[in-house]
Amino acid sequence: MAHTHEAAHHADDHSHDHHGPEKGWRRWVYATNHKDIGTMYLVFSLIMFFVGGTMALVIRAELFQPGLQLVDPMFFNSMTTMHALVMIFGAVMPAFVGLANWMVPLQIGAPDMALPRMNNFSFWIMPFAFTLLLSTLFVPGGAPAGGWTMYPPLVLQNGTSFPMLIFAVHLMGASSIMGAINVVVTIMNMRAPGMSLLKMPLFVWSWLITAYLLVAVMPVLAGAVTMLLTDHYFGTTFFEAAGGGDPVMFQHIFWFFGHPEVYIMILPAFGVVSEIIPTFSRKPLFGYDAMVYATASIAFLSFIVWAHHMFTVGMPLAGQLFFMLATMLIAVPTGVKVFNWTATMFKGSISFEPPMLFALSFLFLFTIGGFSGLMLAIVPADFQYHDTYFVVAHFHYVLVPGAIFGIMAAVYYWLPKWTGHMYNNKLATWHFWLSTIFVNVLFFPQHFLGLAGMPRRIPDYSTQFADWNMVSSIGAFGFGLSQLLFAYIVWQTARGGVKASAKVWDTATPHGLEWTLSSPPPYHSFEVAPEVK
Amino acid sequence: MAHAQTSHAPSDKYYVPHSSPWPIVGSVSLFTTVVGVALWLNHVNAGPWVFALGLAMVVFMFVRWFGDVIRESESRLYNEAVDRSFRMGMMWFIFSEVMFFAAFFGALFYARQFSIPWLGGEGVKVFTNLLLWKDYENAWPSNGPADVGGDFEVIPAFGLPAINTAILLLSGVTITIAHHALKAGNRKVLNIFLAATFLLGFLFIVLQAEEYMHAYHELNLTLGSGVYGSTFFMLTGFHGFHVTVGAIMLTVIWFRCLKGHFTPTHHFAFEGVAWYWHFVDVVWLILFVFVYWL
Ligand SMILES: [Cu+2]
Repeated sequence: MAHTHEAAHHADDHSHDHHGPEKGWRRWVYATNHKDIGTMYLVFSLIMFFVGGTMALVIRAELFQPGLQLVDPMFFNSMTTMHALVMIFGAVMPAFVGLANWMVPLQIGAPDMALPRMNNFSFWIMPFAFTLLLSTLFVPGGAPAGGWTMYPPLVLQNGTSFPMLIFAVHLMGASSIMGAINVVVTIMNMRAPGMSLLKMPLFVWSWLITAYLLVAVMPVLAGAVTMLLTDHYFGTTFFEAAGGGDPVMFQHIFWFFGHPEVYIMILPAFGVVSEIIPTFSRKPLFGYDAMVYATASIAFLSFIVWAHHMFTVGMPLAGQLFFMLATMLIAVPTGVKVFNWTATMFKGSISFEPPMLFALSFLFLFTIGGFSGLMLAIVPADFQYHDTYFVVAHFHYVLVPGAIFGIMAAVYYWLPKWTGHMYNNKLATWHFWLSTIFVNVLFFPQHFLGLAGMPRRIPDYSTQFADWNMVSSIGAFGFGLSQLLFAYIVWQTARGGVKASAKVWDTATPHGLEWTLSSPPPYHSFEVAPEVK
Repeated sequence: MAHAQTSHAPSDKYYVPHSSPWPIVGSVSLFTTVVGVALWLNHVNAGPWVFALGLAMVVFMFVRWFGDVIRESESRLYNEAVDRSFRMGMMWFIFSEVMFFAAFFGALFYARQFSIPWLGGEGVKVFTNLLLWKDYENAWPSNGPADVGGDFEVIPAFGLPAINTAILLLSGVTITIAHHALKAGNRKVLNIFLAATFLLGFLFIVLQAEEYMHAYHELNLTLGSGVYGSTFFMLTGFHGFHVTVGAIMLTVIWFRCLKGHFTPTHHFAFEGVAWYWHFVDVVWLILFVFVYWL
């Protein structure tokens, strides 16, 4: 480059570029702005949260009592399958991408995401992917009903919906990969001068590692479902023993994606909690470096534990031992994180605003999910627990009060920054207590059901399981209805309310570049990169 | 080195396009394409037409989107930071492609190391053999205990595949020469060696098509030839598809070179395509060793 621009660096004279948003629908459909795209991601994920939640309520309504009463068993199976796909790919993952879109440029001092057009591409693929997936509910033969894990040969028995399922997964994969590449490149290339890697906020760190996981495993899922497609329609025998393949091979490839996927859904929540707990404890995070290394260790280990999902399918003893021990090893870095969050609060001056309440609830309830995960990692114990409600209880504890409470904590933490308005604290606290109580009413009894032997994904059950199922269903409806309150609070805050200051949390001492910008921040975030010391 | 390059210097500001219709056009195009295939597979007559329409829209979207990017690049809107974003984005994209191929190589290794030996009665899965496939013996290549697709022959490594290996390796050399010529400002050598590269790429595709014809018509080796046919055609097929995409990209940047695009210091598109080309090269080498040779 023949030109030097040191002098021009701070002279903010690029007035021809200071335009606001486009007018009307073009602002959203042709968007390149990270905040607009982040908002679209978050709104989309909230809609999907209610769609997937409605499916969950169909499941819990059917299971309210033993016997078949409300829905056809096939439709019940479609509901379990679609609930999982919608919640994983439609609600949790896009919510975290939305948070990354909003917060990563603000936290690293960047003007926008690195690849703004691709950013919009990765968003707009999602509504189309879910149009395709949800339209399977109306085709002959109904929606996919073989479980979200798409195991052959069962999944190959899906009728009309089968190719729609496969292509919807392809589209979601393409979206996730592009979204993840954008996040990695933004973090690696767009940091403000002085912000070295080990000065990045932990939310940024956790997203950097998550994005790496996404780029590594989403293509593997795409490959796996492509093999399903060719097995079904083009005569290949990847997953058929008669031709020398093996249906278990699909499980290996799928879970090579699937286990990192669960960390994709929880690491950003770790990052959120690592931002919130220091703010409301009025102390810096305990053991920042250890947190970074723990997150990286979890990501590394996530690649070598996948077969713990398949102990009962049969594998050599050495394989069982390896996957059991590697899985239990993950408890070490996870324990480091839980310890550090707790130590951050130790002797802190704690206040309990809604984001902190959700972060604390996360801390306790995610840890319960972590412990039941350890139980499931033990091979002989897993032979008992496999495919029971204990597994359902386990992963809902890490996903609902884990991932989703993490998202809600993030929304309550940053919503005033995004909208410029404070939300109704009292309503938000109500939302917190209702959610936390009902989520336990909903999922804790499922541990008992599972240990007593109730199988998952079955619309009917033996009468011995009746009591706890009824409790669980009551919890489900309580939890589901409470979330309407959440939607109302967000809507109300977006429309107006008490003006939020730039720092938002006046009593606390939040650190991070996002608090140096006004609330809401200017349309183009950091036009001039801030210096970080 | 034509237009607009000297009119204003690359900005110090990170270029963020104001708005763009191409992402939404791309989303609609991809949706149309996959809906077309889904209809086709469900035996709806309109399927192939919807698919073709979708593909045409995808091509249109790429032409217009990349056209915008090329125009912006040539009018020097991109500073070094933008250039770095493109580079990093390309590298991570190639990494995702590596992982896509890893899934299919994983299937190949699993079939050879586990499923075929187990079906043949080795290891912990001995009962599958005893109870279901008593006469089956562990061997590779194999179309499985049910002889799926009937007897077939394989393509020997040291025939056409070895020639194809030489072609791709040679194209790796020619693109490197072209790159050095670009950096040295020697446009004539650049144009010649870049042309040689994509011609070698297309030659590879022609020979690969020839090999497929031979396999289908004379060797009875098809996609339906058990797990050997599945892994063989899916791996070489996806590789061939990537070579085709790479050769098209090489052709596009060749035309750009003829128009005088790229400077010795500013030529991300060239390097991105070159990396991609080396990537398909390396995938081929692994394919050659594990699919054809061993
Ligand atoms: Cu797992």
